[in-house]
Amino acid sequence: MTSAPLFVAFAAMTAIAIMAVLWPLSRRRLARSERAADLAVYRDQLAEVVRDQAAGRLSAEQAEAARIEVNRRILAAGARDDAAGEGTGSTGRRRAAALFALLLVPAVGAGLYMTLGSPAVPGAPLAARLAAPPDGNDIAILVRRVEEHLSANPNDGRGYEILAPVYARLGRLDDSAQAYRAAIRTLGPSVERYSALGEVLTAAADGMVPQDAVKAFTAAVDIDPRAVKARYFLGLAAEQDGRKADAVALWRSMLDEASANAPWRPLVEAALTRAGAAPKAGAPNTGAPAVSAPQAAAPGPSAEDVAAAQQATPEQRSAMVMGMVSRLEERLAAEPKDLDGWLRLARAWSVLGDKAKAGAALQSAMTAFTGDEDAGRRIEAARADLGLGG
Amino acid sequence: MIAELGHYALVLALALSLVQMVVPFWGARKDDPVLMGVAAPVSLMMLAFVTFSFGALMTVYVTSDFSVLNVVENSHSRMPLIYKFTSTWGNHEGSMLLWVFVLALFGGLVALFGGNLPDRLKANALAVQGAIAVAFLTFILFTSNPFTRIISPPAEGRSLNPILQDPGLAIHPPLLYLGYVGLSIAFAFAMAALIEGRIDAAWARWVRPWTLAAWVFLTLGIAMGSYWAYYELGWGGWWFWDPVENASLMPWLAATALLHSAVVMEKRDALKIWTVLLAILAFSLSLIGTFLVRSGVLTSVHAFATDPARGVFILGILTFFIGGSLLLFALRAGDLRQGGIFAPVSREGALVMNNLFLTAATAAVFVGTLYPLALEMISDAKITVGPPFFNITFGGLMLPLVFAIPFGPLMAWKRGDLLGVAQRLTVAAAVAVVAIVVTAAATGGGPVLAAVMVGLGVFIIAGALTDIAERAGIGRVSARVAFARLKGVPRSAFGTAVAHLGVGVCLIGIVCETTWSQEHIASMKVGDSFTIGSHDLTFLRIENRTGANFTARTAVFGLSTDGEPEGNIEASRRNFEARQMGTTESGIRTFGFSQLYLSMGEETPDGHISVRATWKPLVTLIWLGAVVMSLGGCLSLADRRLRVGAPRPAKAKPRQDKRPAPQPAPAE
Repeated sequence: MTSAPLFVAFAAMTAIAIMAVLWPLSRRRLARSERAADLAVYRDQLAEVVRDQAAGRLSAEQAEAARIEVNRRILAAGARDDAAGEGTGSTGRRRAAALFALLLVPAVGAGLYMTLGSPAVPGAPLAARLAAPPDGNDIAILVRRVEEHLSANPNDGRGYEILAPVYARLGRLDDSAQAYRAAIRTLGPSVERYSALGEVLTAAADGMVPQDAVKAFTAAVDIDPRAVKARYFLGLAAEQDGRKADAVALWRSMLDEASANAPWRPLVEAALTRAGAAPKAGAPNTGAPAVSAPQAAAPGPSAEDVAAAQQATPEQRSAMVMGMVSRLEERLAAEPKDLDGWLRLARAWSVLGDKAKAGAALQSAMTAFTGDEDAGRRIEAARADLGLGG
Repeated sequence: MIAELGHYALVLALALSLVQMVVPFWGARKDDPVLMGVAAPVSLMMLAFVTFSFGALMTVYVTSDFSVLNVVENSHSRMPLIYKFTSTWGNHEGSMLLWVFVLALFGGLVALFGGNLPDRLKANALAVQGAIAVAFLTFILFTSNPFTRIISPPAEGRSLNPILQDPGLAIHPPLLYLGYVGLSIAFAFAMAALIEGRIDAAWARWVRPWTLAAWVFLTLGIAMGSYWAYYELGWGGWWFWDPVENASLMPWLAATALLHSAVVMEKRDALKIWTVLLAILAFSLSLIGTFLVRSGVLTSVHAFATDPARGVFILGILTFFIGGSLLLFALRAGDLRQGGIFAPVSREGALVMNNLFLTAATAAVFVGTLYPLALEMISDAKITVGPPFFNITFGGLMLPLVFAIPFGPLMAWKRGDLLGVAQRLTVAAAVAVVAIVVTAAATGGGPVLAAVMVGLGVFIIAGALTDIAERAGIGRVSARVAFARLKGVPRSAFGTAVAHLGVGVCLIGIVCETTWSQEHIASMKVGDSFTIGSHDLTFLRIENRTGANFTARTAVFGLSTDGEPEGNIEASRRNFEARQMGTTESGIRTFGFSQLYLSMGEETPDGHISVRATWKPLVTLIWLGAVVMSLGGCLSLADRRLRVGAPRPAKAKPRQDKRPAPQPAPAE
């Protein structure tokens, strides 16, 4: 992304800097010796005394005294041996100085800039970023746009719903929780919203399920007693409260109700093992895809991931997001027969702003599911949904 | 792209300042005019690059380019435009760049206007400026780089500290830096003189106006900072003896001393070595001030000790320049020729006294400021040196000094007549006595000391006027002649008188404010009222207001004097969303030179607010005095005549000892 004009400008600036040294070196000039300079000052002073006397600022006596004073200085200056002769330059020194400048200026300039500068980072004035077409390259600006839209239309629940998971991914967990709450307020309660709110609150509390989160999960279970994520976290809350038996009972009942290939099965089984209770026999642990959180439809970071993201710097954070995406990508390369995985990947790339890779993911899905009409329809639907064109 | 261009320009400025440091110095050693001739163009080009770099930083601030870390940390897109500008230097990195910009500016001015300087002096002085630039540019690039970039820029910045969101930030730091860094010229000239082992005639002619210019800026900068703290911090205090304030006061004191000794040097060719030393000290104190404020040592000695990169770097710069210059002084001072001789009682003698007291006062402030830091660093003991220490030591030293102010300018050069001067000051003294009596009577015989101090202030003002009157011959010659002579009085003499008058004005303001302020603290609800300093205040209402980037609770008070309504006065508390920080906005109403100061405290749930109102008699004189002082400086600066101190010739009326051999004063 380094731009050629930038380096042309650098070269021009370097040239100008060197010229500022070479130009004076190319001119012959005579030194102005100290004695000459001193005498010039004294002569000016004498003239000044005359002017002052004429203007009436000095009386004749004072002027005379001043003249004597200056003349005394002139004599002293004349008597001084003026070692500083009117020297002329030596060609050797001039060449040495020119060479010094010629080497030093570009060396220091380029050397320091290469270690300190970031020529690859483009400038990003806010007005230009806001004016640019919303292409998804600039998540921060997208978020800002939605925020501005929401501050103008505070009852647009869909906006909050879009924003909330993005906040969570950016590590702004408090904002995310607030957005989920706003979504619940404007769009009404739902299992997904309450579960997500609880999860974000848990992440914000570094994985400990706080009281607010328990309330949110309970609200989700009230709506749908089979809510998976909410029940898992309620079990976690019970475990953290020291009510191990409750936790085990809750998780056991989840496993009992679940189908054998539910993607969250390994996670709950691991939790049971941790709690000291063996997961019920017969629940096959088939090395299912490593899904980090018990989320069936929406892929997202686990509470731990999000908590870690909150601590991270922006660079680390984007590295984490990229890490998650590339893990998914690697897994799909090994096991291409995972339609949901492909769709998730395409959506992820789309959110990260890389339309080409999103399109490529859908294309790979097409290849992997050639002949599967049902899959084809879903892929086309996703393509339209993500605005990737036909 | 603009940020990277600015960054590269800064790197090139460092390269050029290396050239500026090495080549002219080498030229001066070898007496090579061509090499010495490199100094001026290179320092001008250095100025161009630093200006470009500073402009680039300003541009990224104004355009809210959040790909620059510094902008993210200190700006916000919804701040008013002026604060986007001022945020550029409202932070550590940017203010260091401003520092270097001012340094380069002064270097460029020397290069431009130094045509009549001897070559070697100019080359050496610019080489020293180049060395200072090398040190600070390296510091900026490696520890405080304002051009650090972010790969994925956020959409909003963290905003400038709300306390700094004030027009004061636009004026105060640039003025202060013009003062601080302006002293580098005197320093560079002193170093050049020491390197060559001689002081040219042009030396003093140059050092005095540059010091004067720096002094004017420093005076205004300090006054501005004091007024800013007064109205923004909500305390109503105008000087706290806070280390940051002392950091600017110390160079000011040294610069004031330098200014006076440079006059002696320019006019009388005396006090040379002392002037050189003062020039070194003045700039050294500027560097120490920069160190105190910029190293973080004040925020926490321990934080400084655990993350010392910046602090140690500045400390290194400090040690190199101060230690190096003093070492050079010790080695070379003996080579400098002594100048003219004078009697102890003379204008020179008076100026020597001024210098002694000012340097002693500087030392007092220095000890009071640095001792607690040093103690905490070595023994972990935390002590606070507060106003009592400074009031006694500093005040005690300043009193005799200000008392002597009217005497100095009336004294003749070389040998003066104290008795004659005293006689000429009788009118001024009489006015002062009247002022004391009137003050004591008007304040019901309040503190006698305060009345005497007011009298002292009046004495200084009257003394300054006496000086001008004496020069014009008012009272001795006819009005027309006096007026003609008044017009002939050189501007520098007016400058002296005006600056001294400013000291008197300032003194009166300080005494009145500290002695006769009235304070009223109350918890009020709407409808309550109270009286302070003959003004009645009624709490009318409290309301919400919204600014560009803050919300405010504003309390509105109705003001009336003797039943005559005089409009409203408002105090508010602002809350800045972006930083979750609040500021207090005091309500200030000026009556003549006095002010009514109103600040609003916490609001209780039952609708009461705590209110602090202060009546500050003649408080504005404190800052007006400083403005008058710098006006005097400007007048003197405008007088570009050459100066020769004409001693009053030993007159026809010889005393018994025909012509006393003037005793050489122990000045050097």
